[in-house]
Amino acid sequence: MTEADHHDRELEELELELLLEAVYRRYGYDFRGYARASLRRRLWRRADLEGLRSLSGLQERVLHDPHCLERLLADLSINVTAMFRDPTFHQALRRDVFPELRTHPFVRVWVAGCSTGEEVMSIAIALHEEGMLDRSRIYATDMDADVLARARTGGFALEKVRDYTRNYLAAGGTDSFSGYYAVTGDQAVFDPDLLRTVVFAQHNLATDGSFNEFNLVICRNVLIYFGRDLQDRVLGLFDESLPRRGVLALGRKETLRGTAIEERYEPVVEAERIYRRS
Amino acid sequence: MTDRRLIVIGASWGGLQAVGEILAGLPGDFAVPVLIVQHRAEDTGDLLAGLLDRRGPLPVREVEDKDTLAGAGVLVAPAGYHVLVEPDHLELSTEAHVRFSRPSIDVTLESAADALGAGVIGVVLTGANDDGAVGLAAVRRRGGFAIVQNPETALVATMPAAARSSAAPQAVAELSEIAPLLVQLADGEAPHAA
Ligand SMILES: C[S@@+](CC[C@H](N)C(=O)[O-])C[C@H]1O[C@@H](n2cnc3c(N)ncnc32)[C@H](O)[C@@H]1O
Repeated sequence: MTEADHHDRELEELELELLLEAVYRRYGYDFRGYARASLRRRLWRRADLEGLRSLSGLQERVLHDPHCLERLLADLSINVTAMFRDPTFHQALRRDVFPELRTHPFVRVWVAGCSTGEEVMSIAIALHEEGMLDRSRIYATDMDADVLARARTGGFALEKVRDYTRNYLAAGGTDSFSGYYAVTGDQAVFDPDLLRTVVFAQHNLATDGSFNEFNLVICRNVLIYFGRDLQDRVLGLFDESLPRRGVLALGRKETLRGTAIEERYEPVVEAERIYRRS
Repeated sequence: MTDRRLIVIGASWGGLQAVGEILAGLPGDFAVPVLIVQHRAEDTGDLLAGLLDRRGPLPVREVEDKDTLAGAGVLVAPAGYHVLVEPDHLELSTEAHVRFSRPSIDVTLESAADALGAGVIGVVLTGANDDGAVGLAAVRRRGGFAIVQNPETALVATMPAAARSSAAPQAVAELSEIAPLLVQLADGEAPHAA
């Protein structure tokens, strides 16, 4: 029984690797370095929904049917996000990072893996309230063109606004949250002025390079989807994009501890995973 | 046969008390890593790890992404994240809630069964939903050991009852019997419980 299980797993691993390789070679989407267990779960879910009994079966269908690829990509993308997600993080950013940013004549921020834009909007609001938005530029990137298109609209589901208002207050917002948006149908559409200094662009952390230097790089809840090697690659990319004293902010459960770039960084607020390059 | 082992304890309503009692019964030199998946509100931070840390001799902390399993001690799935198991490490994910839960007990048990097969000991405790039932069945199918808290004496019967009927567990145990059973299993003894 155990022997058989072991064997099955090796075979499955092989099928999984061939499937990812096929998707990459045929369509250019590179999931080869992604965290395996979560990937395996989602690939199997797609295989089940397609009525297929193996990952090789899924590979065959994906290669011959671009619609199946679309469905697979939808399964593989995780875009969950929120405004002022983890309010204590945003509070710490404002309290412990903004004062130094303020000393710069111009502030460059990179929000990597920005999804549908809630996080970018939160940062823009905080910079605005601190009087720094006008001399900032925020580069907001994601590999997924669809989420970027939604982010550019500056509109979010109205039903979420109550939660966002609570987060905003908990994050140390100093104004009236309702003053930032207008209600249109089921959307809260935020003041377009807030996105004036934001550049949305498609960028794939797995395959693209560093493209600028930034005072602050924010990449939250993206690295957890990557395997260790890909995490190292991406952290290297951030490292290249940060000057001395540049700040790197990760998600609540992501850390620099034990990574290749660890020794060049000191925690600004360890609990919030905010680090500064020394 | 894999020598890697992992105990996964799933709990929902009433779980804090129940998990605490199990941890209080494990010795300080307990060597098999224990992963606790407890349903709770998403904005509770790492409160739970702190509370459980005080319940027994073993240090308790929240899972960090890509934590290695060897020598991990007692780990708690973070509020708002699923924990998935690979042969030598853990992964976190914020993919959709599974049956209204994140962390989901099913997600962790299924991936543990997948990664470690017979090395997994799955425990399903008190709770008011049926999370864990599918996962525990997977543990059983892959040759692991399934333990369910006796639904008749659990604070809330729904979750252990569902797990009992779906997984045909090797042991249906009183809460107070679970820690000794885990110690026995960790020592490699065949359990006496039926
Ligand atoms: C869970 S969301 C995180 C959103 C936001 N940063 C937050 O914390 O709320 C993850 C995002 O990472 C993006 N992503 C995944 N792999 C990527 C890659 N290789 N390059 C760039 N973005 C990626 C996904 O498209 C998704 O929008």
